[in-house]
Amino acid sequence: MIKVEHLSKHFGKVKAVDDISFRVNEHETLVLLGTSGCGKTTTLKMLNRLIDPTAGNIYINNKNILEQQPEILRRGIGYVLQNNGLFPHYTVGENIAIVPQLLKWDKKQTENRVSELLEKLHLSKDYLNVYPNELSGGQQQRVGLARALIADPEVLLMDEPFGALDNVTKAKIHAEFKALDELKRKTIVMVTHDVQEAFELGDRICLMDAGKIVQQGTPIDLLFKPKNKFVRDFLKEQRLQLEFRSVTLGDMGKEIAGHQAGQSVWAIMEILKNDGDKVKEFELLTTAFYQYKKEQAHE
Amino acid sequence: MNNQQTLWEFMRQQSDKLATQTLEHIGLTFISLFLAVLVGLPLGIFIARKRKLSAPVLGIAGVLQTIPSIALLGFMIPLLGIGPKPAIVALLLYALLPIIRNTYTGITGVDASVKEAATAMGMSQWQILFKVELPLAMPVILAGIRTATVITVGVATLASYIAAGGLGEFIFGGISLNNTNMILAGAIPAALLAIIFDFLLSRVQNLNFKKVKTATKLLPLLLLLLACFYFIPSAYGSKLTAGFTPEFMGRQDGNLGLQSKYGLKIHTIVISDAVMYKAAYEKQLDVISGYSTDGRLKAYNLIVLKDDKGIFPPYYAAPVVRDDALKQFPELEKTLNMLAGKINDTVMTELNYRTDYLHQSPEQVAKDFLVSKDLWKPARGGNAGTVRIGSKIFGEQYILANMYSMLIKGYTDYDVATKTGLGGTKICFDALTNNQIDFYPEYTGTGLLVILQPSTKTVDSVEGSRDMTYNYVKSEFETKYHLKWLQPIGFNNAYALMMRQKQAANLNVKSISDLKRYLDKK
Repeated sequence: MIKVEHLSKHFGKVKAVDDISFRVNEHETLVLLGTSGCGKTTTLKMLNRLIDPTAGNIYINNKNILEQQPEILRRGIGYVLQNNGLFPHYTVGENIAIVPQLLKWDKKQTENRVSELLEKLHLSKDYLNVYPNELSGGQQQRVGLARALIADPEVLLMDEPFGALDNVTKAKIHAEFKALDELKRKTIVMVTHDVQEAFELGDRICLMDAGKIVQQGTPIDLLFKPKNKFVRDFLKEQRLQLEFRSVTLGDMGKEIAGHQAGQSVWAIMEILKNDGDKVKEFELLTTAFYQYKKEQAHE
Repeated sequence: MNNQQTLWEFMRQQSDKLATQTLEHIGLTFISLFLAVLVGLPLGIFIARKRKLSAPVLGIAGVLQTIPSIALLGFMIPLLGIGPKPAIVALLLYALLPIIRNTYTGITGVDASVKEAATAMGMSQWQILFKVELPLAMPVILAGIRTATVITVGVATLASYIAAGGLGEFIFGGISLNNTNMILAGAIPAALLAIIFDFLLSRVQNLNFKKVKTATKLLPLLLLLLACFYFIPSAYGSKLTAGFTPEFMGRQDGNLGLQSKYGLKIHTIVISDAVMYKAAYEKQLDVISGYSTDGRLKAYNLIVLKDDKGIFPPYYAAPVVRDDALKQFPELEKTLNMLAGKINDTVMTELNYRTDYLHQSPEQVAKDFLVSKDLWKPARGGNAGTVRIGSKIFGEQYILANMYSMLIKGYTDYDVATKTGLGGTKICFDALTNNQIDFYPEYTGTGLLVILQPSTKTVDSVEGSRDMTYNYVKSEFETKYHLKWLQPIGFNNAYALMMRQKQAANLNVKSISDLKRYLDKK
């Protein structure tokens, strides 16, 4: 669990982060969303002390991180960078094993853990002795993720982790990301400027602007209970798609045979669209969805 | 000395010396380089951390680089004396800039996201330096070391000026002896060394990351190993140390004669004329080769050892003039001969003492002398053509050139252009035969042994007497080069071995034979 209290960071007269507070619950993914310069990356980097705050406190599992030695703290926090930050002079295997080396794991333990992660991340063992520049962007990002996960840290920080990938690769990795059991056990803070990504991966979202949190809540909260015009405008362009993706059967209180309550409207439509016989289910779904929207608007 | 000797023959004949000098050269280069890396690498890392200091540090290193190499060596002498120490320091200073600059560039050029990842992984500052920054900056740092190596191999040739050895001994010896083979025997290996080391380092630089790790560990060892080469040749000693100029080392009437006729065995280092006397005075050298009329003889309380076996031929000075010039300027011969027989050894030493040690200007010294001999006349300011006077690059020649200039201006209607400071014998002589000067003062012995280089038999037959040498040189120059030797000025500026007066008295050494007896007595 991460608890941030009245956190500020000033660069000279610029208030990059201005007195923000939030919580991330255990095994939850919190997305810091916003445009460039809103302070989201600065906030993230204060969580593992890459940047030291001007004021405020940060607790991870109820321990004040500002009182810990930064190196020791960081070895217990996974970190994934936008440009992956892989060491070009280390092989894939060596890159993944950096933290175990710092923690002085024995060789066998490291090897086992590396091959376990490679398998989970769908990377062939042949890549172990290959240098990062020989991998594709998607593969590099997977190696970056493996490196962050190797020591099984409780907390994972991700700075625009999929920002450098093309849309097709990104969609594929999103799916893998959601399916990865390792990640379900983690408390994750992710930074992105991509609204769709935030809604797809985030349990909760902090929408930031000019160093402040404008609104924090679940995707549904942001969509149907926007706090102000800024939030509404921020989501305007992709609104319908976001709604389809966020609203689940459970949210609408409907049941459709063969589908679970946790599935989003979008996911069910994807399944139905390939099947001509399911016109009725399709209609049922869309009606329910618009019904739900109307209800939300009246609340 | 035989003119027809090929370069290959020379190198074979001198293979011992060549090997010694090459080893010394490699040693000097790599000692300096090793120390430069030892200083430059941490300094480069330091300024990459404290960027504000990068401008002043790189600036200072840049200024050091712009100081002419000879001047830098010169600055070192008062601080560190002669020999390898000042040479190594000077070479180190030269090698510093590329190493510091490339270390700085390499480290600041490491991808910021890689450094951030390293920090976020929980690496300490030192771990980041050794595991991330240095390995990634290594190709750039190696490029800097490569540049420094090539510079150092080149500049190390100058080390022979201050008795630190190396291939410069052949190069500068060859220039002063007019021996092209000797120059090439030094220059070609020096160039080859530069090319080979450059090539080898380029191979190291292009290795992939895996091998660079091993190479980085091996490199310091290799540097140290090569640095040790310097000490191999100098692992011998004797009671006294001699410092001889490169020219003296290679001459029959120099060190070669000392070895063959006297059997003199003495620990010898090669040193430039400019610092030799002072080094003897400061007791860094015990025996030096010098000129018998040198002013510093008096300044530094040195005495000339008697040449009891007569290996130093007479070096009577006289103007050497192109025949064409004598025709073009009919008054010239008569005017130049006004100085004939006027200056003896003692007078010349005194005059040299005034310029070299009291730092009076050669013009002043020349004028005072002419006035005292009632030869001085104010310049006529004539314009019946210009006589071009040349001189070698030392005080005595400046004085003589000035006297001739004053005489010509005072007694004829010719104007004078002086081209003083024409390096060594070879440069002066070439300028004369190529019609760039009309005359310069030369010495009979130099004419005989450096320019004519006749067979040993001829040398032996003429060098015993002043007149025979003069006559032989005069007739040979006339037939071979159409140059005329005018009447000798009077003094004999021969080679001589010198010691400090006090030490010579203590050891009871008066002649070269005495010196040999002292050295043989174990």
